[in-house]
Amino acid sequence: MTVAHGLRVVRTGWLVSMKELTHSSFFVLVSILQPVIFATIAFFMVEAGGRSGTLLYTALGAGLMGIWSATLFGSGGLIQWERYQGTLELLVAAPAGLVFVLLGSTLATSSIGIYAIGATLLWGSIFFGVPLDVAHPLLFVIAIPVTILGLGLLGLVLATTFVLYRHANALSNLLEYPVWLVTGLLVPVSLLPGWVAPIGWFLAPTWGIKAIRTAALGGDPLPAIGATLALSALYLGLGAIAIKQFERLSRERATLALT
Amino acid sequence: MGESKLTHYILLLYREGVSVVEAESLRRVYRTTTGAVRRRPLEVEAVRGVSFAIGQGELFGLLGPNGAGKTTTIKMLITLLIPTSGRARVLGHDVVDDARVVRSKIGYVFGGDRGLYERLSAFDNLRYFAELYGVEGRLIRRRIAELLDLVGLTDREKERVEGYSRGMRQRLHIARGLLHDPPVVFLDEPTIGVDPVGARELRSTIASLTAAGKTVLLTTHYMFEADTLCDRIAVIARGEIVASGTPSDLKRIVADRTVVELEAYGVEERALEALRALPGVDSVAVEARDQMQVVSVQSAKGLELTQTLLAHLDGARVGRVSAREPTLEDAYVALVEDEAR
Repeated sequence: MTVAHGLRVVRTGWLVSMKELTHSSFFVLVSILQPVIFATIAFFMVEAGGRSGTLLYTALGAGLMGIWSATLFGSGGLIQWERYQGTLELLVAAPAGLVFVLLGSTLATSSIGIYAIGATLLWGSIFFGVPLDVAHPLLFVIAIPVTILGLGLLGLVLATTFVLYRHANALSNLLEYPVWLVTGLLVPVSLLPGWVAPIGWFLAPTWGIKAIRTAALGGDPLPAIGATLALSALYLGLGAIAIKQFERLSRERATLALT
Repeated sequence: MGESKLTHYILLLYREGVSVVEAESLRRVYRTTTGAVRRRPLEVEAVRGVSFAIGQGELFGLLGPNGAGKTTTIKMLITLLIPTSGRARVLGHDVVDDARVVRSKIGYVFGGDRGLYERLSAFDNLRYFAELYGVEGRLIRRRIAELLDLVGLTDREKERVEGYSRGMRQRLHIARGLLHDPPVVFLDEPTIGVDPVGARELRSTIASLTAAGKTVLLTTHYMFEADTLCDRIAVIARGEIVASGTPSDLKRIVADRTVVELEAYGVEERALEALRALPGVDSVAVEARDQMQVVSVQSAKGLELTQTLLAHLDGARVGRVSAREPTLEDAYVALVEDEAR
């Protein structure tokens, strides 16, 4: 399989998954409402803490919480849905590398997150007076897709486990809140015990939010953008190795189909 | 030897020399657990040493009751399951070691409602799989149009699959399986649940595959279908092949028998057991047709059993009674029942 064919598979997989997701009223409803709810909770928390100068900081964190939830829920849900509708076996039975197929799907789920950021900022601006002045507009525009790529590839690593384990949804539900906390999306990591920060270093949302926040509020976002890209490459490598192993194991253990 | 017989003979020799699909002592064990609190390991041997070979351009049927191991056998051949032991090759490539190569050379179609992206149109479904199978970008549209035409979905390709009937879905499945023009096609119960007219159209499409030189492995429950389509058949029961040969070879198994068919209402399992215990009765099968049951009793030719049978169906209402020559279905019933005893 050539790289060009792999990229075509990623592109078509992305398109197919976007259509699948946007045709699911449940997913659309959750994706529309969740970021707005997260943003509202976060703004009230900031208001209660009396830190009015950190509104944009909070809004961006809430937006990324939405992206992470969409990625986690979407990538796990998509594989489960593929298994349920009997297409997971067909994807494995096709000669295209499964890593490219899954990459298209997980990138689609995290792409939905662009809406999450936009909706959070708009909601915050209209109802909570969040200032929308961005320090480095160009780097801000770069930091967002880089972060989405990072989260999508983290979703890919998780999706590989969904191929092998039929009940991996339990794992995805478990990972939503802890990742918000250890990556500093909801509250600064400095407020948490010292052992939490090193966990966050290996998670793309930590560097993604750092990149987006520094691009918006001031500072140099390039190191964080670089770290997000480096982690993305690591996730891609891990995902490719894991899917090879998990695909073979799923053929041994017969977990690709429900029956 | 006439010309057509000679051609047939040469074709047979050619087929014997070129096995496109080979299964050697294939065995598959499923390991699972049972029990809610104290979980105990459970092993189910779904396929127990299945061997067969399919020649170039042959349409080979795998027949068997539910749970006999047909789908498990197919899934091992199409690389979705790794055999517990034994080996299989498709076009000379091992299904475990050369899975990627095997996948590019086979098409897989299964029956039922599943296996399609419900929220997408038929065109989007086909386009996605065309990419997955590496169909060249500039050829994709033309190939999809050809296949939509072949399966009669040309004017419906923009509709979402969730609104499709069972027959339309099945036709779309076949189009999907042929996108990359594979030389070998696996069809797992492709006409299941399809109405008689739709099933006839599908059978004609399946027949056209071998006419185009493809090698086909077909599993089905419908004996008429197997009889009309298959060059050779293997009957599988409880994970083992119990007989194989041409449809005529299999029919010969019951050539010395006759079949009495009784249309009845309210026949209980107890009465069927009593019929099975009668001297001279080889097998008893019952089929539900709407409210009615059709009881088929196989016995040795020349044995007059009708009155005895009626006497043993005392509590049931019996309608038409007829005697007929055995069919492939009777041979199948006899083989599967013998295996169950």
